[in-house]
Amino acid sequence: MATTTPTALRDIQLDEEGRLVHFLTTEGLSREQLTAILDRAEAFAGVGERAVKKVPLLRGRTVVNLFFEPSTRTRTTFEVAASRLSADILNLNIEHSATRKGESLLDTLHTLEAMQCDLFVVRHANSGAAHFIARHVSPGVHVINAGDGRHAHPTQAMLDMYTIRRHKGRFEGLKVAIVGDILHSRVARSEIHALKTLGVAELRLVGPKTLLPPGIETLGVELYHDLRRGLEGVDVVMMLRLQHERIQGPMLPGAGEYFRTYGLTRSALEAAAPDAVVMHPGPINRGVEIDSSVADGPQSAILRQVTHGIAVRMAVMAEVMGASPREAS
Amino acid sequence: MRLSVTCGRLVDPASGLDQVTDLHLADGRVVALGEPPEGFVPEQVLDAAGLLVLPGIVDLGVSLPEPGGGRHASLRSEAPAAARGGITTLIGLPDTTPVIDNPAVVELIHQRADAAGGARVLCSGALTQGLMGERLADMATLRDIGCVAVSNARSPIVDSRVLRCALEYAATVGVTVLLFPAEAGLADGVVHEGAVGARLGLPGVPETAETIALARALLLVEASGARVHFCRISSARGAQMVAEARDRGLPVSADVSINHLWLDETAVEGFDTSARLDPPLRAAADRQALRAALADGGIDLVCSDHRALDADARLAPFSEAPPGASGVDLLLPLTLELVEEGLLSLSRAVEALTGAATLLGLPGGSLSPGAVADLALVDPDAEWLASPETLASAGSNTPFLGRDLRGRCVATLIEGEVVWQAGADWSARTP
Repeated sequence: MATTTPTALRDIQLDEEGRLVHFLTTEGLSREQLTAILDRAEAFAGVGERAVKKVPLLRGRTVVNLFFEPSTRTRTTFEVAASRLSADILNLNIEHSATRKGESLLDTLHTLEAMQCDLFVVRHANSGAAHFIARHVSPGVHVINAGDGRHAHPTQAMLDMYTIRRHKGRFEGLKVAIVGDILHSRVARSEIHALKTLGVAELRLVGPKTLLPPGIETLGVELYHDLRRGLEGVDVVMMLRLQHERIQGPMLPGAGEYFRTYGLTRSALEAAAPDAVVMHPGPINRGVEIDSSVADGPQSAILRQVTHGIAVRMAVMAEVMGASPREAS
Repeated sequence: MRLSVTCGRLVDPASGLDQVTDLHLADGRVVALGEPPEGFVPEQVLDAAGLLVLPGIVDLGVSLPEPGGGRHASLRSEAPAAARGGITTLIGLPDTTPVIDNPAVVELIHQRADAAGGARVLCSGALTQGLMGERLADMATLRDIGCVAVSNARSPIVDSRVLRCALEYAATVGVTVLLFPAEAGLADGVVHEGAVGARLGLPGVPETAETIALARALLLVEASGARVHFCRISSARGAQMVAEARDRGLPVSADVSINHLWLDETAVEGFDTSARLDPPLRAAADRQALRAALADGGIDLVCSDHRALDADARLAPFSEAPPGASGVDLLLPLTLELVEEGLLSLSRAVEALTGAATLLGLPGGSLSPGAVADLALVDPDAEWLASPETLASAGSNTPFLGRDLRGRCVATLIEGEVVWQAGADWSARTP
């Protein structure tokens, strides 16, 4: 008798015709699907520069920002993106309210559904939370993952892809290094899947052994423990934020030593290609993972990433809501 | 009560028996095989033609549903469910609420189990008070009130001095210690530390959580002479360490859960909370090694690792869902399937299911004349589907839901009494 097939990873973010109905992870999406999001973001990028910064694409629809973890910038960019699409927006910071009173996540969800919301933008401290919510919402309700534990942060990854495409015009042939705390990073995991699918030539993960999870090499990446070697000849440097609690925990000796070994300084950046672009999902820790002269330097794309975040999140929202691009004009 | 089980295939690894013949029971014990004793007139005859007649399963180290468990499962639901699964003895862990560290809790459980019917429920007592890993529990007192072993269940004993004293004292008292090998500082993840966990971003439990704990315990076994049984070995390396220690002559044994023989780390794909187990499901190579170890006796026993959870418990993001799977319904068919696959002989499978009796000196586990008549009559060809409706346990928290199964217990006898019998397709005749 055959071995059991557990409830396998059915890609619940796609409907039967393979269309994106939730955006939970960059894993498992095709190059065409990822490119379609980037193209759409390109079209939306102009909206922010107009005097009237709105398109009526999601008029009459309700978007709920469901944040179980504090966040300012991600929540704000989703809010701006939804507002530019003319949606109604509801911000819920659940970390202060319902679940604290013992209400289960599922009950919170059903209560909100009863208010006839169309889209949940979810951030949660536990890996898999967005999948869990997507599996339990009513048909016709969409879910966008705004970060779940260490698992995925797909819209951040897509805005990083957008930024790379803007700067480099392509993915083929690029050498990319992701530097820092890979173990705890949902951004890194989403970037890895997207970059592999979009066809970069080489993807390196750079960090100390304590911050590189065993088994990550199975994703087709190369591991480096030495920053300069890891940066040698790369076209894109993607820095990761080092959370404060990591510095105090047993995984690292301290911020000073981390900066000396893995901090991106101008001298370290010299190992990369001369036109290498430097990115960071923010908020940056100056003098911990990156030096100010690099963060504010000519090769930095960090602030542009934030701007791109709005167009990319508009694109993702429109995509999962099945809003046709014709209505956008 | 005199009862004959006729024409069944009797399989008894304890006596090397595998033969189609009759079995005669009286006053709760096996009295004869083949011909009945002179003047034996059975009050009941069970026709076991086409069935396996096995010693009832002795399932070591289950989580008892009460006191202090969930809302739905109770001894009243789980002990009869176990009997339906061919299990005649359940040996509970002391991690109830309150903990089994005093006679009152043991008595409460025995009383409720008596009222519940179904499988016999035995307790293992606490190794340390409150399972806190600080002070020794009253092991002699617990032994005298009927605890068949002592254990700290899944609660860690961080201080090696406490573990050393606990093993020395257990050796003094003469009780077997059940240890779950998990090094506390490394065991706080929710999945195996490996490729799947790294990709899903779920905190991992490395293999070294098991092997470090095993190494420490094995050295202390050697020094103390305590008799130790390791529960739920999950890694290839762990299985190898136990087998080597036994070869060196240490008084150790081990078990593996049926889940770990059929599933590996990939079962958690899609954040499937039903596959959240403790210890976690490990790599495919570990699963293969655990199977091989069970086949060659490196691991002695297979067990259900039963823990019935309320239906809503697993409706949570992965890390928030409690670990554990319901297993009393599934242990028998999933083990028989390993026989069908050719991994185990039927005799070895039965030995692995019932060997806890011999290990702990309990009744049952044998069909020899004089043995306590705990029996499972099994239709090896019955096909069924694992679903909340077909599972007798109140917990349908299992990664095997929706799976086709083959082999089902059709009657269970405890001390010569029929405690469960299937209807419709098979029934007993009374002369």
